[in-house]
Amino acid sequence: MIKKLLLSVVFTFLILFLFAQDSSAEMADSFRSNGKIYVVVAVMLTILAGIVFYLIRLDRKISKLEKNS
Amino acid sequence: MKKAWWKILCVVLLVYTIIGGLLMEVPRVRILNETIRNLYFHVCMWFAMMILFTVSVVHAVRYLRSNQIKYDILSRQYAVVGIVLGLLGYATGLIWVSATWVDPNNSAAASFGAIAREPKLIGSAIALLIYAAYLVLRDSIQDVDKKARIAAVYNIFAFAFLFPSIWIIPRLLPSLHPGGEGNPALNYNDMDARMRVVFYPAVLGWTLLGIWIVSLKVRIAYLNEKKFSQL
Repeated sequence: MIKKLLLSVVFTFLILFLFAQDSSAEMADSFRSNGKIYVVVAVMLTILAGIVFYLIRLDRKISKLEKNS
Repeated sequence: MKKAWWKILCVVLLVYTIIGGLLMEVPRVRILNETIRNLYFHVCMWFAMMILFTVSVVHAVRYLRSNQIKYDILSRQYAVVGIVLGLLGYATGLIWVSATWVDPNNSAAASFGAIAREPKLIGSAIALLIYAAYLVLRDSIQDVDKKARIAAVYNIFAFAFLFPSIWIIPRLLPSLHPGGEGNPALNYNDMDARMRVVFYPAVLGWTLLGIWIVSLKVRIAYLNEKKFSQL
């Protein structure tokens, strides 16, 4: 039991080696540093807000129908 | 709105998914680069689909045990929204593929030839087609009780077919798709810890959104049922 536990802890920390960062991989660092990423976040949040607003309206309407019937 | 807490939780989790998913640190991986963030959206679609299909088959069994039509309605609506999520997962996967698997040095036809062989793509297409046939079969039967019973039995078959088509066969064959070994995403050692903090809430958020839509559809179906039984 203790052996297994120790082993799993060791493996958990193996992540640190397995995921050694390959800093050569190109990421959108300048896109982030000049703040344009917030434009994307804003667009996606707007779409989500639209969908949620629509769902809430539908929910309310159905509740009303349920009350009437 | 009745019982609003889980809807609020759903919205909060999805807002967190978008903000955290786009702004938080992710591992730097070659080829994937920033597209690794698709994990919070593409994979979550499939997870939500599997969860909804599981709920659907549970309701199908409950219908067969009790013969109450409400379970049939629940089973059907969970399956429909599951299919929609599956299609979204497929579509987002194809977009992701075009940025990661496609070799720009090859012609489009050669790339397609390589990608169309992917066992994961074929398996998930089969699974979705089987569920599409579920809708065709169910809606083509007029008699209400017969429809519900045949649909419930077919639903169990369709769910059973998910196992070979999306869980077993893609793991047996060589594939470009990640997660062929063991349990991708669920395995504690498989995913970078920084991604897990966004991924698990994202799965829950997208699943709750699916359940919310299901609940609306079910309530409309109940209203319809009530109207017809009064006529």
